[in-house]
Amino acid sequence: MGVQRRRFLAGLGAGATAITAGCLQFGGDTDGPAVAGETLTLTTTTSTYDTGLLDEIHPDFEGMYGVSVDAVAQGTGAALESARNGDSDVVMVHARGLEDDFMRNGYGVNRRDLMFNDFVIVGPEGDPAGIQGMGSATEALTAIAEAGVTFVSRGDNSGTHTKELNLWEAAEGEPGGDWYQETGSGMGEALNIANQQGAYTLSDRGTFLSRRSDSDLVILVQGPIKDGAEILANPYGVIAVNPAIHDNANYDLAMAYIGWLTSPGVQDAISNYKRNGEQLFYPEAISENPNFQQYVPEGWNSDSSE
Amino acid sequence: MIVSPEVVVQPLAAVIDFPFSGGYVWSITYVSLYVSLIAVTLSTLFGVPVAIGMAFSEFPGRQFVKSVINTGMGFPSVVVGLAVLFLVSNQGPLGSMNLVFTREAMIISQFVLATPPITAISLASISGVSDRVRDAAHVLGGTRLDVALVVLKEARYGIATAILAGFGRAISEVGSVLIVGGNITGADGISKTRTLTTAIQLEARQGQYETAMILGAILLVLVLVINAIVIRFGDQGVGR
Repeated sequence: MGVQRRRFLAGLGAGATAITAGCLQFGGDTDGPAVAGETLTLTTTTSTYDTGLLDEIHPDFEGMYGVSVDAVAQGTGAALESARNGDSDVVMVHARGLEDDFMRNGYGVNRRDLMFNDFVIVGPEGDPAGIQGMGSATEALTAIAEAGVTFVSRGDNSGTHTKELNLWEAAEGEPGGDWYQETGSGMGEALNIANQQGAYTLSDRGTFLSRRSDSDLVILVQGPIKDGAEILANPYGVIAVNPAIHDNANYDLAMAYIGWLTSPGVQDAISNYKRNGEQLFYPEAISENPNFQQYVPEGWNSDSSE
Repeated sequence: MIVSPEVVVQPLAAVIDFPFSGGYVWSITYVSLYVSLIAVTLSTLFGVPVAIGMAFSEFPGRQFVKSVINTGMGFPSVVVGLAVLFLVSNQGPLGSMNLVFTREAMIISQFVLATPPITAISLASISGVSDRVRDAAHVLGGTRLDVALVVLKEARYGIATAILAGFGRAISEVGSVLIVGGNITGADGISKTRTLTTAIQLEARQGQYETAMILGAILLVLVLVINAIVIRFGDQGVGR
């Protein structure tokens, strides 16, 4: 019965494909996969969106399923909030702590590690706080705070901002005083502000590289990609919105998207994506050694009484 | 003295083809115009009759309604955006209509923003028509309707200004359309909910100030052209 139905559907699909060959998203009911013609709403972070990676890889997914992806670029905090309200189907963000809260509260399911890059501490070439080459990001921040040199903070509840706050916490320093400026702006703007003022800031490597040509800032403290401090790692995760909480969430398509993103072909495409000749993201989804922690909040285990 | 739009747009197109792919600029311009024009049309259909009604009648609380409308003129667009987001979000009262991150949601917020200036300026211009005009129309044997029509004819420039002010507020607005529209472009580079203003915001966020300025220039030209058309239209109205 099931086989017959499948064969019928296959025939129907082939016929429909032949009839509508050359047409895009035409007659969503019979043409191709059952999700054809639907829209996947992805809320993601400005740092992923602004690199142009999504525009580069999405046409493949859209063509494969005959769907369209609406990518909304927000800060990590806002992207998760949209998903919490059921306004998106899938999120791609980079703040593990916030992602874990999101999952613990039941809003997200089936998290996967997707890719990573790293953060770097950038500043003026003169380096007034003398942090160049420091192996420890927290020591570097402490040095900046003690020297009282201007530090530009995103201040927008983004993944980068969250990382910065975690670093201050680890450095046991309270960011404050005239030298600490919360700008409430995107990474490109924050880099511009830092450049104008000869200030330090924390940036993801991708955005810094793509903006380097019109800036006098240089990388002073490296992240793990260039053998720097592990604490500066910047992992991206992708999570489907839980259809048990939001029944309007397009769960089928969200899972198709996650499956596609973590497939070998797309992971290769991510690693091949370059801007100004530099690789921006390092794929992380495919590994011979299972990493079960990617599916659950950090530190969760089945023995704990959750 | 009015420069034909082609003369202005053509050299700009040569410039903007460089940083952006083909249909991108046209599609965000189209979305800007689509959302703003529909919203302003709806605001006009709602606001002008309200202004007429208020100008020709007395009712308790009239002054209060007037001050509410005047307050609406200064309402921050981000707040309107948040309110509309709560309305159309899947958790909100209109959640079942799936309006979040669509042009329709943008039209709702633009409508909320454009209606107060259109209503208030129309009301002011209708109220501002000299009593002598009203009296003259009355003395010449006009019915209430005739008087109203005469007054409206006198006030038409003011009403046109009101509509232009509403249009200006809608098309130059960035905060609310960013929140409720989501600034979405398809992977093919064709805008879904990205407008000129949110595109400018995006470029500025990335620190691409030059391309942001180019888009700003296009927006300025667009507003100039619309203003010229409306004023031209008004002058022809006088000729007839």
